[in-house]
Amino acid sequence: MNKSLNGKVFKFGDDIDTGQIIPGKYVVLTDPDELASHVFEDIAPEFKSKVELGDIIVAGKNFGTGSSREHAPKAIKFSGISAVIAKSFARIFYRNAINIGLFAITLPQVDEFKENDQITINLNEGKVINHTQGKEYEFELPHKVMLDIFAEGGIIPFTKKELNLK
Amino acid sequence: MGMTVTEKIIANKANLSQVKPGQIVQAPVDFAFFHDNNAPIAIRQFSRLPNASVWDSSKVMFVLDHHSPSTTLRAAQHHQNIRDFAKKHNIKVSEVGRGVSHPVVAEEGYARPGRIILGTDSHTVGLGTFGALATGIGSTEMAAVLATGSIWLQVPETVKIWLDGKLGPNITPKDVALFLLKNFGPSFLNYAAVEIAGPLVDSLNVEERMAITIMCLEMGVKNAIMPVDEKILKYINGTQKTEKIFEADEDAVYASVVNFDVSSLEPIVATPGLPTNGVEVSQVVGIEINQATLGSCSGAFLHDLEAAAEILKGRKVHPGVRFVVVPNSSRAVEKAARSGIISTLVEAGAIFSSPACGTCGGYEVGVLAPDETCISTTTRNMDGRMGPGGLIYLASARTVAASAVMGKITDPRKLGGGI
Repeated sequence: MNKSLNGKVFKFGDDIDTGQIIPGKYVVLTDPDELASHVFEDIAPEFKSKVELGDIIVAGKNFGTGSSREHAPKAIKFSGISAVIAKSFARIFYRNAINIGLFAITLPQVDEFKENDQITINLNEGKVINHTQGKEYEFELPHKVMLDIFAEGGIIPFTKKELNLK
Repeated sequence: MGMTVTEKIIANKANLSQVKPGQIVQAPVDFAFFHDNNAPIAIRQFSRLPNASVWDSSKVMFVLDHHSPSTTLRAAQHHQNIRDFAKKHNIKVSEVGRGVSHPVVAEEGYARPGRIILGTDSHTVGLGTFGALATGIGSTEMAAVLATGSIWLQVPETVKIWLDGKLGPNITPKDVALFLLKNFGPSFLNYAAVEIAGPLVDSLNVEERMAITIMCLEMGVKNAIMPVDEKILKYINGTQKTEKIFEADEDAVYASVVNFDVSSLEPIVATPGLPTNGVEVSQVVGIEINQATLGSCSGAFLHDLEAAAEILKGRKVHPGVRFVVVPNSSRAVEKAARSGIISTLVEAGAIFSSPACGTCGGYEVGVLAPDETCISTTTRNMDGRMGPGGLIYLASARTVAASAVMGKITDPRKLGGGI
């Protein structure tokens, strides 16, 4: 996979739950863009107007805890975010993110990142480069199963290929 | 090397003699269910798989529980789409009013030992009560499962929790759950399997056990599993041919083994923010409430209605409190109606809503105004869960009922005895 993701950082704390990412009242929505228009509405109302295509969320531990609602990673992805870096992820959020093609990596040093830092995630080399601070970090690439799904653009295109559906 | 129950289920399903934590395997799925919050996206994603067919419609169910009976026009349209899709593919639908997916799947007999069960709901882990590996996944992945009948799983490490002792008067399995959450925190058990066993578990009925396993999700677990005993076998009408009941090997390797004696457990209340914020009730008594709720997969079983009725018999709900009851299954309602529990609760001033997820997710039932306070048996109390600005304290049905009577958070032993 030859890919790098570039953008500015949005910082979030620990235990950000799926209800804070997309409030329960919006889970009747299925259109990804409509979902994205309500992302972080209660906890970071300014996020939507600041986010640009490719930007990256840097969060604390247990990001995406709570419900299984895929509306959460979907709302994040369609807001323009290309990846989430966190100290750790809640299990279902992580799976959902990879399955819909939102890159997610764990990195212990997230506290060193500041809001608006310009960063690059190099998926080939497993590196995060913080251009603003002039620092570089190595991360462990996800397991091949997940990389294969991500490389296809998510589990639907992956399954389509696997089952040879036309 | 010995294996834990979870490892044995995965090894058996993947046709391997041995699996180890961290290993990734492909395994067939025995049962998959979708609820009405996540089914619409799953159906949409399934349509992106041209000419795909459902792998085995007898192993699939839709459960209309989150917006039930349909709470908005949009929800009604989703229900209609789900029913149409289900009819086309010959898939069962658990209709509005039947109840929340986890108790319904259990009551319908789909949760069985050794199975791999997937639901589009995080609290699916509660079906591990039946000795199954049960876990939640998202809608898009479920769309893929619907086509393939298979899933990749990473073998989790197992943590064993041994529960000893007997519960004191007015102390409930929900207090045990909130106590465990308080001990482990929101992510300590992330990705782990938990095996929960011991004399306390043996003493509980099947639904009381589910009240604990469901809440384990709030510690981040991949799955929770309990031993299969006579009570489980009776509930599922014995084992079927080819069904295996797995027990952990003597030399199974656990990430850790933790023992608790619950004999001196106090009523536990989780303060607003996270279900793991548990404190002893004495630390929060006197906090005024606007609403008290019995609800959710974990907190509105028949035993919860019975417990509340014991406290409320001959008493009245405080005039400043809305006491909202949303049972988690129509069976619980039938039984409670026959035994007179519903009369007791209604006479005390309870407001009954139809079996569904109801107040738990703020799904247009029992939503709070900003700055209002609710004490609830539901699963979660994150900020905004019942509406932005509302504060949620989680507690047992007994603590909730006692608080509903007094208009403020109250130790249930004050009204029910035991201090």
